[in-house]
Amino acid sequence: MTEILYPILYLFAAALYILALKWMNSPATARRGVWAGETGMLLAVVGTLLRFEVVEYHWIMLAFLVGAAIGAPLALKMPMTAVPQRTAIAQAFGALAAALIGTAELFEAHPHGFTLVALTVEMLLGYVTFTASLVAFGKLQELLPGRPMTYRGQNIANLSVLAIAMALGVAMNQTVDPTAIFPFFVGFSLLFGVLLIMPIGGADMPTVIALLNSYAGLSASAMGFAFDNKLLIVAGALDGSSGLILSIIMCRAMNRSFTNVLFGAFGTLQTSAKGEVEQRPVRSASPEEAASILDAARSVIIVPGYGLAVAQAQHKLREMYDILSKRGVDVRFAIHPVAGRMPGHMNVLLAEADIPYDKMVEMDEINGEFPMCDVALVIGANDVVNPAAKNDPTSPIAGMPILEVDQARTVMIIKRGMAAGFAGIDNELYYMDKTLMLFGDAKSFVSSLVKELGAQVAA
Amino acid sequence: MHSYEVGLWIFLLAAFLGFELIRRVSPLLHTPLMSLTNAISSIAVVGAILVAGHKDASTLAKVLGCLAVTASTINAVGGYLITDRTLKMFKKRGER
Repeated sequence: MTEILYPILYLFAAALYILALKWMNSPATARRGVWAGETGMLLAVVGTLLRFEVVEYHWIMLAFLVGAAIGAPLALKMPMTAVPQRTAIAQAFGALAAALIGTAELFEAHPHGFTLVALTVEMLLGYVTFTASLVAFGKLQELLPGRPMTYRGQNIANLSVLAIAMALGVAMNQTVDPTAIFPFFVGFSLLFGVLLIMPIGGADMPTVIALLNSYAGLSASAMGFAFDNKLLIVAGALDGSSGLILSIIMCRAMNRSFTNVLFGAFGTLQTSAKGEVEQRPVRSASPEEAASILDAARSVIIVPGYGLAVAQAQHKLREMYDILSKRGVDVRFAIHPVAGRMPGHMNVLLAEADIPYDKMVEMDEINGEFPMCDVALVIGANDVVNPAAKNDPTSPIAGMPILEVDQARTVMIIKRGMAAGFAGIDNELYYMDKTLMLFGDAKSFVSSLVKELGAQVAA
Repeated sequence: MHSYEVGLWIFLLAAFLGFELIRRVSPLLHTPLMSLTNAISSIAVVGAILVAGHKDASTLAKVLGCLAVTASTINAVGGYLITDRTLKMFKKRGER
């Protein structure tokens, strides 16, 4: 009986997973998507526990409880600004699970032929993604230096380690006893994961996080081949293609290729460019002056960047949004695809502060609106608004699509000081006649703006 | 047809289906999308249960399997909960 039941449950689970992704396409149905995913998972687990070859339950139940006890607080207590780190650590756990299952199966079942190939792919992806995600987590959590760590011959060293890991994987498939080669295979896979992420800097994190997501999915798919389990193949392929699409979107939004992101060590440009920054005069303004310009505006477009998240200024920004909206100012938020440290980071940050999502506008839609807008207010963003990407073909960010704030009538930029941005490129925007620099910490400056705007109402 | 051949066909179709589905997801929801697909990939728990609960499982397999069940449960529970928590925050004007 149960032998007929579990394939049916698996089938329903796969259907629910597909629906979950389908429902994610709009905020109105997205929560239903989560429900579909949860139900699919439940059906899959129940179906698996019912299979006749599964006889041991006690330890599995204990593992469920321990996992839930760790997973739930991790999801419910974590501050929303830490979402990129959480994603990285979750990927590490997922990859570890896949790698351990592959390992157990290698020692248990003495696989050969296609099964062994699939297990090797699963373990390679699993172990690489495990350490890579851990290093990404360390960088995002600032346990490790966030700047790219580079040295001469790095790419050759990295590719050699990958080549050795893959060669050992092939060797495992050629020998009588793959378990003898296994420890070396694992060692080199783990090492490659670390080396892969070392040269990645903060601005490239969105692409890399998405790519690791894809690897974790492909690893689950490979496991599906090893276990001859179609549900795993489907779920893994969905996750794999999702991660891949997101990283392609991120690459396009930076006008860079995959190879360039993974082996280009973008942030190193910064050292060479820093010396050349000349001292040029800029116009700055006080909170009072800035507030009266905002108050007089009819339309304002706010451009948030990672600096907003660092300063935790989103709630103050909501207060400012409320005051301005109440006075009939049209306030919108322009979101660059790679703003922040993971895809969609800025949207979550603003949504957390209760800013309505219909006010968050994608780059392609809002760019035509800048010439009609009175004030563009940039908070904690730099390279994504740098006109050099359009005007200077020699710039390292040449060709990168940007938010065209330089088209606005007035540009205001909240910034701590005149230091260059992540890519280390000076920003022409700061020196334009219509630009006002608002020097200070994002949170305290927005607070002063809110105070000034409130005072102007009272007056 | 060998069963791995069937598997490859399924993989091919599911990957293309995934591309079509994800392409339609608004950039607004890219972060919750990532946590959701992450949770979905913790379906690896199925493999973990098969390894850990197998009637002929050795101690090594039981230990590795249970660790894998724990790791994927962390991922599943955490992933679904945070996706829902994130999505709850997305509101339209006037929905506050």
